[in-house]
Amino acid sequence: MDDLLQDFLTETTESLAEADLALVKLEQEPGDTATLSLIFRLVHTIKGTCGFLGLPRLEKVAHSAENVLGRVRDGALTATPDLITGVLLALDRIKAIVAELAASGHEPAGDDTALIANLDAISEGKQPAEAKPAPPAPAPSPSPPPPPKPVLVSSAPPEPVVLVEAPVVAPAEAAPAEAGGSDASPASQTIRVGVDVLENLMTLVSELVLTRNQLLQLARHQDNSAFTGPLQRLSHITSDLQEGVMKTRMQPIGIAWNKLPRIVRDLSRELGKKIDLVMIGAETELDRQVLELIKDPLTHMIRNSGDHGLETPAERRAAGKSETGRITLNAFHEGGHIVIEINDDGRGLPVDRIKAKVLSKGLATEAELAAMSDEAIQRFIFRAGFSTAAAITAVSGRGVGMDVVKTNIERIGGTIDLKSKPGEGTIFTIKIPLTLAIVSALIVQAAEERFAIPQISVVELVRAREGGTPPPNDATNPDSTGSRVERINGVPVLRLRERLLPLVGLDELLQLSPIAAPPKPHANVENSLTIIVVQVGPNQMGLIVDRVFDTEEIVVKPVAPVLRHISMFSGNTILGDGSVIMILDPSGIARASGVAGSGESRTSNAQPALAVVGTSSETDRTAMLLFRTGTDDINAVPLGLVARLENFERSRIEVAAGNPVTQYRGRLMRLVPMSGLLDLSKELQSVLVFTDTQQGQSGDRRMGLVVDEIVDVVEDYLNIELSGAREGILGTAIIAGRATDVIDTSYWLTQADPNWFDMKAEGTGQHRPRVLVVEDSDFFRQMIVPVLQSNGYDVTAVPDAARALALRDVGAPFEAIVSDIEMPDMDGFDFVKAVRAAGSWQHLPVIALSGRVSAQDVNRGRDAGFTDYVGKFAKDGLLTSLRQCLALGKAEAHRLVA
Amino acid sequence: MTDQTMLAARSGASPDVPASGGQDVFVTLSVDNQLCGIPVLAVRDVLGPQIITRIPLAPPEVAGSLNLRGRIVTAIDLRRRLGLQPQPHGAIQMSVVAEQGGELYALLVDQVSEVMSLPRGQFERNPPTLSAEWGRYSSGIYRLQGRLLAVLDISRLLALSHAPV
Repeated sequence: MDDLLQDFLTETTESLAEADLALVKLEQEPGDTATLSLIFRLVHTIKGTCGFLGLPRLEKVAHSAENVLGRVRDGALTATPDLITGVLLALDRIKAIVAELAASGHEPAGDDTALIANLDAISEGKQPAEAKPAPPAPAPSPSPPPPPKPVLVSSAPPEPVVLVEAPVVAPAEAAPAEAGGSDASPASQTIRVGVDVLENLMTLVSELVLTRNQLLQLARHQDNSAFTGPLQRLSHITSDLQEGVMKTRMQPIGIAWNKLPRIVRDLSRELGKKIDLVMIGAETELDRQVLELIKDPLTHMIRNSGDHGLETPAERRAAGKSETGRITLNAFHEGGHIVIEINDDGRGLPVDRIKAKVLSKGLATEAELAAMSDEAIQRFIFRAGFSTAAAITAVSGRGVGMDVVKTNIERIGGTIDLKSKPGEGTIFTIKIPLTLAIVSALIVQAAEERFAIPQISVVELVRAREGGTPPPNDATNPDSTGSRVERINGVPVLRLRERLLPLVGLDELLQLSPIAAPPKPHANVENSLTIIVVQVGPNQMGLIVDRVFDTEEIVVKPVAPVLRHISMFSGNTILGDGSVIMILDPSGIARASGVAGSGESRTSNAQPALAVVGTSSETDRTAMLLFRTGTDDINAVPLGLVARLENFERSRIEVAAGNPVTQYRGRLMRLVPMSGLLDLSKELQSVLVFTDTQQGQSGDRRMGLVVDEIVDVVEDYLNIELSGAREGILGTAIIAGRATDVIDTSYWLTQADPNWFDMKAEGTGQHRPRVLVVEDSDFFRQMIVPVLQSNGYDVTAVPDAARALALRDVGAPFEAIVSDIEMPDMDGFDFVKAVRAAGSWQHLPVIALSGRVSAQDVNRGRDAGFTDYVGKFAKDGLLTSLRQCLALGKAEAHRLVA
Repeated sequence: MTDQTMLAARSGASPDVPASGGQDVFVTLSVDNQLCGIPVLAVRDVLGPQIITRIPLAPPEVAGSLNLRGRIVTAIDLRRRLGLQPQPHGAIQMSVVAEQGGELYALLVDQVSEVMSLPRGQFERNPPTLSAEWGRYSSGIYRLQGRLLAVLDISRLLALSHAPV
């Protein structure tokens, strides 16, 4: 007898006993709708389950009884004693059949037509024919005694109950052993216990353990006490008891797998595929609460594997595989976790189709995709709204899929990952804690308070220094600094193995004011910090704590309702010393500190999210001007954007209309102090001069950005890793081995003159040439577009060639195109070829913008069809080139007209 | 912790004889020199000073949480709840444990004193001039000899709003 049937028998026996009682109650109070609903529900459930299990006799009887009850519920009939009798007779019949079923494992043959006719008559409102007693069942079980009612410990039956571990022989086998074993009730071997009873036991045991620990502590101070021996025994018994109580919550994972063979069978028929399901490690035990929570995700994943993963027999034959696909479920323990692998030997996850889907759903840009590994792309299937199945089948593909699975698994502190090889199949690996009740946690301290962090989210502990002067030459030798916390506008970050790790001070985050505020770390005092690196989804972040204690197994308890809104805590617990501490929720902390919002692309696979200047050749480096302002932070700006570097004497700085200005080359120039305040104590002011050299206008526009100190000019890869946390900063990059803020030039230009970018266009009232910018990097788009706009161009920017060509195909008119060379999918060379090949843009000037400006590159560009070829950041070069190209374009147009 | 349990409230004043003849039984306590009463049946425990863990970001009335025989109890500072001045630092606080919605709460008070049985006839409604907090959390007043006893409404006291901050 399979477990499904076993469950059904246990449940039905209970339901019948309950329905018996309820019917009698209904007879006494015919108007009691609650009781009626209860009976209806019970009978309905029995009917439904019978149908599912393929027990037609039971189903028919239950169905007729349900009809009668349904009519009563609808008010068409009243619950007369005759009616009740009819239903009770039906229940008796069901009981008899169930008893047979329990004994033999098969539904006995028999004739229920008289009974059913009687019920039908009742439901049609006729007086029942003389309700005959149950006709003798073919397999005579003389008036089977009602199966012994299972011991119900919980008082309220509809409460969730747990089937206490039942290492029993299935009654089917037990029955023959006991002579005339009609008493072998399906439920006799197990006791149903309310979950609350178990929870209560668990609490008591936890308390017992704490008390035991306190006693042991006391005893340790007394040698040769008479208590030592008994205490030792008490200690052992307590441990055993704890283990035992824990065990009552454990169930083999096979319970969650029970339904899978049936599902796979149906699936294979439905899809016309041949599928073998192999289940390994069904006896692996885990907490029943966890078990309940993974049941549905598992079912879903098996369906997915069968539907999307496995090929049809024909496809498999063609691929040289056996016709029958195989799905393997494997469960095993690993540390404090249970690992479940779902492995299919199907076609693997199609990276190309996922990419296409990601693009069409707008989940990522092509540039982002290009920077991702195949695994990272495959992980998109865990995103909301993602489903690759071309057609929505009944089985899967409704778009609520793997994202729900992932959410559910993460909710219970688990992780899910996948590995896929084209043509060989896919392995999903789920790792979940054995129990939700007890987790391993790291105990940390911040501002005199202790907190627990679930061990599963802790990646590593790092000790880092803060403050002090960085060793000389650290710019050229990043390794010489070790781990040092740097600050960007006061926000700490840690450079850890060439990645920027956002840091959050736990005390600040939780607004803990230390009882005695420690002196603020002075810039020149070295300060050692302990940082806990935690993993939150795809992101990592560092928590700064004061102290780390030990790891401890803790019993997670939910927080009081009044505290549930605090997203930083996932629960609280009582430590071994009896004190209450809060359990931190890393994902809540990440949300609160803005780390989680930074998206999937900044994954831990150490791939730059925004590969601005891609690869590693020498020419990809960008000249950056490094300068200091305000604090010790290093800022950077691409050198190409800066017109001049000047040092002005203090006496040359004047104030006009409340703003600092200076005379520069015969004209006034507005000065903008980057730190917000001009420090007039300094003899010399370092100024970065930005100008806007304009053709055909009376004068240029200029602005001086006042900084504290110009540090250096370096060439490095410009790789913005963290986007700007405040105005005026584009983002943070590692430049010359240090975390450096890259300033947003356009922001500072508008500080000098809010109308910097639009005055000219409006002022001149001239025709604004329309320019299309094709550039995959957000950073460069932000850099170029304002520059062009400020020079009177009407700019449209798109992130890739495909979108540019789409604009062409809808007939968007432009007068010139500026295109990047290095772009994913279709690079600048192919793009310009496509432009030249056909369409309305065939004769437009197209200017290449590239990090590589060698003679060879320029020639290649011209061959491909570019009108001109200029280097990135050569702002003036670009403007000159545009001007010339447009003039040329006009001349050509004239020639054509002429 | 049991040794710190000052008195098991239920044994204090024969709850088996419930308020017959128009008597109501109260655990009396004081906050800021005001005598208050809580219906004895609402009180689960009375505790002496406890180690209370602060909870960051919690509403101001929440003083923290404490361990009561293996259960985590949320401590509510009655003074704050009633809009009174906080107690001077280091003052000894006692707490009265009550249950609301399956959760245990400890009301931190200055002092817990005797259990009183009071005739219902002496119960009066709040004077309308009470402050908003008192008016909200007190269901009425008993006139005792020489002093007044405000009856606290536990369910209202513990109905803390937990709107997201």
